[in-house]
Amino acid sequence: MTNAIEARALGKRYGRRWALADCTLTIPAGHVAGLVGPNGAGKTTLISLATGMLAPTTGTVEVLGGRPAAGPGQLARVGYVAQDTPTYAGLSVADHLRLGAHLNPRWDAAMARARIEQLGLDPKQKAGKLSGGQRAQLALTVALAKRPELLILDEPIASLDPAARREFLQVLMNATAEQELSVVMSSHQVSDLERVSDYLVVLVASRVRIEGEVDGLLATHHLLTGPRRDAASLTASQQVITESHTGRQSTFLVRTSEAVIDPAWTVDPVSLEDLIVAYMGHASTESAEIRMLEVKR
Amino acid sequence: MIWLTWRQFRPQAIAAACALAAVAIVLIATRPGLSADYTAAGLSACHAHCATAASIFLDRVGNFDKFLDFAGVLLIIVAPALMGLFWGAPLIAREVADGTHRIAWNQSVTRTRWTIVKLGLVGLAAIATAGLLSLIVTWWTSPIDAASLAGGSAQAATGGNGVHVTFNGFAEARLDPVIFDARGVAPLGYAALAFALGVTAGVLLRRTLPAMAVTLVAFVAIQVLMPNFIRPYLLPPSHATVPLSIQNGIHVNTNAGSGLSEIQLTGSFAKPGTWVLSQAFYTGRRVDPYVIVTSSGPELVMAPQACIPTPGSSGINPADCQSALAALHLRESVIYQPASRFWPLQWIETGIYLLLAAGLGWVCVWQIRRKRTP
Amino acid sequence: MIEFHLNSRSGVAPYLQLVRQVRQALRLGLLQAGDQLPTVKDVAGSLAINPNTVLKAYRVLEYEGLAAAKPGVGTFVTKTVSDESVSTHKRLNLELAAWVGRAQLAGLDFEDMEALFQRAVRSAAQEEAV
Repeated sequence: MTNAIEARALGKRYGRRWALADCTLTIPAGHVAGLVGPNGAGKTTLISLATGMLAPTTGTVEVLGGRPAAGPGQLARVGYVAQDTPTYAGLSVADHLRLGAHLNPRWDAAMARARIEQLGLDPKQKAGKLSGGQRAQLALTVALAKRPELLILDEPIASLDPAARREFLQVLMNATAEQELSVVMSSHQVSDLERVSDYLVVLVASRVRIEGEVDGLLATHHLLTGPRRDAASLTASQQVITESHTGRQSTFLVRTSEAVIDPAWTVDPVSLEDLIVAYMGHASTESAEIRMLEVKR
Repeated sequence: MIWLTWRQFRPQAIAAACALAAVAIVLIATRPGLSADYTAAGLSACHAHCATAASIFLDRVGNFDKFLDFAGVLLIIVAPALMGLFWGAPLIAREVADGTHRIAWNQSVTRTRWTIVKLGLVGLAAIATAGLLSLIVTWWTSPIDAASLAGGSAQAATGGNGVHVTFNGFAEARLDPVIFDARGVAPLGYAALAFALGVTAGVLLRRTLPAMAVTLVAFVAIQVLMPNFIRPYLLPPSHATVPLSIQNGIHVNTNAGSGLSEIQLTGSFAKPGTWVLSQAFYTGRRVDPYVIVTSSGPELVMAPQACIPTPGSSGINPADCQSALAALHLRESVIYQPASRFWPLQWIETGIYLLLAAGLGWVCVWQIRRKRTP
Repeated sequence: MIEFHLNSRSGVAPYLQLVRQVRQALRLGLLQAGDQLPTVKDVAGSLAINPNTVLKAYRVLEYEGLAAAKPGVGTFVTKTVSDESVSTHKRLNLELAAWVGRAQLAGLDFEDMEALFQRAVRSAAQEEAV
C-alpha cells in the first residue's frame, strides 16, 4: 500500500529561517495520523508542502505516491481543510456544494446533501453567517464529498467549543470508517489525538522528534521510578527521553524495545499525553532544572 | 470553474449591467433630439463644404446634450480604471487575503486552470462592457463628431438669462488626445490593460487595497504617457508649411479704450479633425531679427515699426501693423496627424494594449504556479 | 443493540473498554447469541474514536469466540454466556472473599489490597502482551 505522506529530507526556508528542516517521515495509509507540536514548529509548513501550496526548498515529499497538486488526478485524491476552515463568506451552503460538484469529477452529491441535512444546515444560508462549528462542518463536508483517499486537516477545530469539536470528530470518524479514508490531522488538543489517532508525529522546532504507530509507541515507552541514579547507569538499549531527580529518587522516561527486568525499578506505562509532552521537551526540562537546584542546596 | 467564476462575479456583473442600462436609457432618449437638429441644420443632405451647416448645428446643441457629451467621454475614460480597481485588483488578492484560495486550489482543478479561467472570463467581461459603452456613446455622439469633421465649430452659447456657457472640449476632433480614448476600439484596449494591471498587482501584492492603489497609479501614468509621448509617433506624422497672410493667421486686435494692442499669430492650418502635434513660426528671410521661435511659441523679438506704439500716441494702427507683419513673409511649420489616421492609430494602440494585457496575464499565471502562497 | 461509552480518563485502552463492555453485556444478558453489534462506522461516529480501535476490539472478541464477522453484513454475537462460566465465576468469587479475609487479618487496609490486586493484574496483562 502506498504511504499517505512520504518525506525525504524535506525542508522549507524563508530568508534565513528554516520553517521546516530535514524532515524525513513515512506516514502509512489507512491510519489517522496526528501531527502535534508547539506553535511555529512547522506543522502548517509541512501540511502546506504536502498539499502543494508551497514548493520545498530542499528534499522531496510524495503524497499517495504522487507529487502534491501535480494535476487534476492527484488533486482529486487528496482533500484539504485549512486552518480555521475557510469558506466563501458570500456564497451559500448550497453554493458551496455546487462549487464542489463543478470542480470535482468524483463528487458525491447525494452524500453531501445528506450530511448537510443531518447537520441541520440551511442550504440558503450564507457561509459568512454560520457559526464557527457550522463553518467547520461545511468545509469538512465539501472535502469529504469529493471522495478523496487522503484527508489532510490543519488544526481545523482549534478555535471551536468542546461540543462543536466533538461533533466535528464524530463526523470525521464516521466518514473515515465509511470511505476508508487515510487522515493526517494537526492539532494542539492531545485529548482529541488520544481519541482518534493511531499514528503520531511530533514536530518541534522545525524537526521531527518522533513518529510511529501509537500502540507501538505506548508499548515501548515506560516511566521508570526508583532510587537516585545517573542516566548513564541505564542499559544501552534504554534511551532516556526525559529525566528528573530529587535527593533520593530518580524518574526516567525511557524508550526501549526490551522488557525492563531490573527489580529496582517501578515500571509504569506512559500516557500519550505524557509522551507527547516529553518529546515536546517542556515540563520535563523545567522540572529537572528545578530539581537540580534543590539538590545543590 | 466557469460556474464558480460567474457566481463570484455575479454581484459586479449585475452592477455593471444596471449602470449600462441606465446610460443606455438616457442616451437613447436624448438621441432623437440630436438627429432632428442635425437634419434641420441641413447636414444630412450636405455632401461638401458643410462647415457652415455644421457650425449651425453645433450651436443648436443644447446645454444638457453638451453635458451628456462631456459625461459620456468622462464615463468611457473612467470605466476601465473602475474595472481595473474593482474587478481586477480583488480577483485574486481577495481570495488569498481571505484564505479561500486554500479551498479553490484543493478541488480537482489545477491552480493554473483556475487562474486562466478567472482572468479570461472576467477580462472578457471587462472588454465587453467597455465595448458596449463605447458603442452606445459613439453612436450617440456621431452627429457631433460628423459636424466637427465637416469643419464646424461651436461658439459660446447664450443661456436663457444672457449667461455665456461654454464647455471646453465640445466638438473637438476625434484625434484630440482626450477624445481619442473615448471613441472607437481604444476603450477595449484600456479596459483589458486596466483589468490586467489590477489582477497582476493583486497577485504580486496579495492584498486588495494596495493593489487598487498601484493599479490606479499605473493606469493614470499610462493615460498621461501614451497621448503625449507615444501615440504621436505610432505612425510617422505629416509635415506642412503654411504661409501666413492678413487673411490667414495674422490678427491685430486693438482695445480702443485702453489703447493696448494684441498681436496674434494664430495657426492657419485649419484642416478639421487633424491632431496638431507642434507648430513653429519663422520668417522667409535668412536674417531674422524679428521673430524667434521658442518651444512655447513664437516671440516677436523686435516688432516692426508699425506695431510699436509711439509714446504719446493713442496706440497703433492695426492695419499698418498687419501689413508690416505680412511683409515679413511669416510661415508656419506644422507637424500633425491627419484625420484619416484615426482608425489606424486606434487599432495600433488597442493592439499594443491587448498585447500588454496578455503579457501581464502570463505574469499572473507564472507567479501563481510558483507555489509561494501557503 | 448495545451502546458503547468511553472513559478517556480511566487509563484503560479504548479497545479494551469496548471489549469489556461487550463481555459485561453478555454477562448481564443484555446481549445474546445472534444479536448484531453496532457497525464500526456507527461506533466510531458516535464515540469519535478511530475506526481501527473498534476493529481491534471486534477482532479480540472474535478471537475469544464471543463474536463473528459476516462480511458485508456486520458483526454478530456468537455465544451466550453459559452456566459453566457462571459457576467458575462463583468459585472465583468465593476464593476472592477468602483472600480478602486473610489480607485483613494480615493488617492490610482496602487501599493496600487494591494496590496489590492492580499490580497482579497489570503484570499478568504485560506477560500476555509479550
